[in-house]
Amino acid sequence: MYMRPESLENVRTHYCAGCGHGIIHKLLAECLDELEIRQNTILVAPVGCAVLAYKYINVDGLEAAHGRAPAVATGLKRARPENIVISYQGDGDLLAIGAGETLHTANRGENLTVIFVNNAIYGMTGGQMAPTTLEGQKTLTSPYGRNAAEVGFPIRACEMLDTLEAPAYIERTSVHNPGAVRKTKKAIRKALEYQISGAGYSFVEVLSMCPTNWGVDPVTGASWVKDAMIPWFPLKKFRDRPAENAEKEAS
Amino acid sequence: MKRGIPRIDAERCKGCGLCISVCPKTILSRSEDVNSQGAYYAFCHDENSCIGCNACALMCPDAAIEVHAPEEVA
Repeated sequence: MYMRPESLENVRTHYCAGCGHGIIHKLLAECLDELEIRQNTILVAPVGCAVLAYKYINVDGLEAAHGRAPAVATGLKRARPENIVISYQGDGDLLAIGAGETLHTANRGENLTVIFVNNAIYGMTGGQMAPTTLEGQKTLTSPYGRNAAEVGFPIRACEMLDTLEAPAYIERTSVHNPGAVRKTKKAIRKALEYQISGAGYSFVEVLSMCPTNWGVDPVTGASWVKDAMIPWFPLKKFRDRPAENAEKEAS
Repeated sequence: MKRGIPRIDAERCKGCGLCISVCPKTILSRSEDVNSQGAYYAFCHDENSCIGCNACALMCPDAAIEVHAPEEVA
């Protein structure tokens, strides 16, 4: 009834107990299996906790410099349009050092898929404040809580990209409970299908948990996503151009 | 009624407890002893009550849980 996906390597991951990356890797592997595109896929890994993704997902991979994953993916997709190119990034990679690349790749409407794992903190470096850290959230570099007057408000990536003309598909999902996990899988699958059909840029933001750096146990971490993150980062399908166009044609 | 059989790979489990928290029949619990990673792994203490909803398998960050249909195993 539920089997471990074949695209997932049979190794132990280095992720902490209760880390959302494991769930998202699993969903991505399931989608690769279902769409039968594993042989054809190139995964661009970021700098961040998911830097070792190539060890866990059995696809061809490329390691990009910090924040440059969408730029590297652009080059890959233009040179090898027959391949499926996925850029898998965290919040520090995508919104801090790589904000420019993210914005311009979306603005050009490159035909690739970006999976954005938002856990409101820098995981790999040990829990510093990220662009998506919530107001008042305590981290190593904001020990009294994030002060918006000093460092600004958390950035909402989907809303920002939704102002652009080119992207085809933008959705924000979460992995805090089984229902949300199912929705996330649907979103990732749809994004990959749109890339296969050549619809253009697809972006899936996944709210994830980092219990180790939040300083809570994994179950509390999952409920924190629901109680604290979702009010600021609402779960929503921001754009689904191919479906909207199909509806227009039908009517 | 038995509708699913959860198979938990104790060696892969990191003991995060997400599966335990989402099981609607509360038939998963944490072990008393540890695996080779030093984690208190999850196990199913009442397989007969499993309804095969896959919630534990969906939530497991380490893909340590598979849920089999009873006829597959029998």
